[in-house]
Amino acid sequence: MEGPGTYRFGFSDPEDYVFKAEKGLSSRVVEQISHVKDEPGWMRELRFRALRIFERKSLPAWGADLSRINFNDFYYYIRPSDRQARRWEDVPKAIRQTYEKLGVPQAERKLLAGVKAQYESEVIYGSLRRELSKQGVIFLSMEEGLVKHPDIVKRYFGTVVPPADNKFAALNSAVWSGGSFVYIPPGVHVQLPLQAYFRINAEHMGQFERTLIVAEEGSFLHYVEGCTAPTYSSDSLHSAVVEVVVKKGARVRYTTIQNWSKNVYNLVTKRAWVGEDAVMEWIDGNIGSKVTMKYPSAHLMEKGARGEILSLTYADFGQHQDAGGKVIHAAPYTSSVITAKSISRGGGRNSYRSFLEINPGAVGSRAHVRCEALILDSRSRSDTYPTIRVNEKQVNVGHEATVSRVGEEQLFYLRSRGLTEGEATSMVVNGFIEPIVRKLPLEYAVELNRLIEMEMGGSVG
Amino acid sequence: MIKGLALRISNLSVSVEGKEILRGVDLTVRPGKIHALMGPNGSGKSTLAYALAGRPRYRITSGKIYLGNKDITDWEPEKRAKLGLFLAFQHPVGVEGVSLFNLLRSASSSSMRKVSPRELLIRLKAISSDAGLGEGFLRRDLNFGLSGGEKKRSEVLQALALKPKFAVLDEVDSGLDIDALEVIAKAVGGLIRENGSGVLLITHYQRIFRYLKPDFVHVMVGGEITDSGGPELAVKLEKKGYGSYRR
Repeated sequence: MEGPGTYRFGFSDPEDYVFKAEKGLSSRVVEQISHVKDEPGWMRELRFRALRIFERKSLPAWGADLSRINFNDFYYYIRPSDRQARRWEDVPKAIRQTYEKLGVPQAERKLLAGVKAQYESEVIYGSLRRELSKQGVIFLSMEEGLVKHPDIVKRYFGTVVPPADNKFAALNSAVWSGGSFVYIPPGVHVQLPLQAYFRINAEHMGQFERTLIVAEEGSFLHYVEGCTAPTYSSDSLHSAVVEVVVKKGARVRYTTIQNWSKNVYNLVTKRAWVGEDAVMEWIDGNIGSKVTMKYPSAHLMEKGARGEILSLTYADFGQHQDAGGKVIHAAPYTSSVITAKSISRGGGRNSYRSFLEINPGAVGSRAHVRCEALILDSRSRSDTYPTIRVNEKQVNVGHEATVSRVGEEQLFYLRSRGLTEGEATSMVVNGFIEPIVRKLPLEYAVELNRLIEMEMGGSVG
Repeated sequence: MIKGLALRISNLSVSVEGKEILRGVDLTVRPGKIHALMGPNGSGKSTLAYALAGRPRYRITSGKIYLGNKDITDWEPEKRAKLGLFLAFQHPVGVEGVSLFNLLRSASSSSMRKVSPRELLIRLKAISSDAGLGEGFLRRDLNFGLSGGEKKRSEVLQALALKPKFAVLDEVDSGLDIDALEVIAKAVGGLIRENGSGVLLITHYQRIFRYLKPDFVHVMVGGEITDSGGPELAVKLEKKGYGSYRR
């Protein structure tokens, strides 16, 4: 069983909101959202078109069990405050204290180039270092982006992930609120990460942020997102869409440390369009949530494009992480690596799912898929569902999959050196995730290690 | 130096998955002495080693294990290690992503526990070289992708670092060339001399005795100690084999 109090972020704030839409999904709610945001007509139309697609599309016939989701049991829009604050002092006190408990302002001072904090449906705080805005870097909430840079948003919004892509992309397109709009001008290197931090507070909340990142030629960006929510007995829904455009020679690294409470359905579509000699890296850590379905994708559209996906999932009692990655090689000399590692324990379930396709004409392309599963006890489960389609002869594709149980043997070996059973288990797990943790900036590496240690601490040792 | 503390095995019977392997073993390992334990394959030598170290699957059905005046028969493996019992595994298992240095830093039985990481690294480097391993070895994954000889040396290195009161060395000499054998034997000899450790040396081969002279030799056949004596017993075994002990 899940140990008591292992999830540190399960607390909630009293609800004191400016506006809360009625419960459930309807065209009235979509209308309200669009009205509150005072949107241009094309966006309003996109929302309604997406709503119709959502209603028409059925749930995916594969993946995790979503049959218990009652779409009319969520709040689709909650506006927690009137405006986005530029200083933490201006954020409502209860909300500010929550972010302090999460360590966001502290991290911002030390290691971030900019922050967006989203609480329920809206970004309630935002900052960007002045030298970056001087260089033309744009880091806004999606709503602000739509107002201040309508041309860029209109040009890219919904082009990488169209509303009809899947049922949840349609849902997000219909009711999206919050998220980030990031624009990096040609040749600009953003040295420190930009971070978005998502917090769900209300019970029965649905959060649908929408993020668009455009990295112009030769630019560099590391974008990091984190998320937490209170622990409720009822379910919450988080369904985001992230679109990334990486132009010629640019490089974008997108790191997620997903730590939702164990009552959250996390159904997210993330995709990057990758241009000539550009690099997209997804580092996707999923520790929390009840159910996650997420397969960050890289569409390698021009010569020499590269995609790297590192997926780390942890599933404990009551959790199902259905995750992995997708790569499409649509141009010559493109390359990709998908590395997935999963840890299952306490009856948790991991499903590794990947899709790799090499199109005709993508000559000289190289792809490697590797997944490793670590199963800590006999009650837990791990499955792999790799799909590989190669439609071009002159390519190099590799695939390897291993499943290992932390055996009695490993634990006994470490214990015979004086480590307790808990210490020994932690050591094996930390060793297993080390290749992924090494890719993270130090503070996140420490955070990820600590999260897993805490999760493990609940019932081991 | 440790005086008067013995590792005493009294009438020990051990079963693995319901099958009785050891039948009433009596054996006392004295501090500062080398007790060689010899016997044919499958006679129960490794089972004794695991039972001494407290491996969970190895169920003690009767008898006792004492370390000094402590009855450790029911103790967890880590508690035995902390008290000063060490097992060099015949087939040490690999642990990916965990370096030998990490393990030794966490191993709380280490006599170096209060030492800073930097100082620990300096000391461990010296010990590595005593075990015939380069400095970089400490950073490599534990028993992962190592040659047979490196695994044996890694086990001896750990014994040198943890300075146990008693070390059970399960075939640390198997598969080593003569130079490596000499290095390992010398290292174990140093441990006995400097730390006063008692050693239970499980081996198939006489040749290690050239560098590491046993004080006592015990013969195990069919899960029992069938003979004990001085070094001359090993010479006799070399000539006559275990045939005379079979029933």
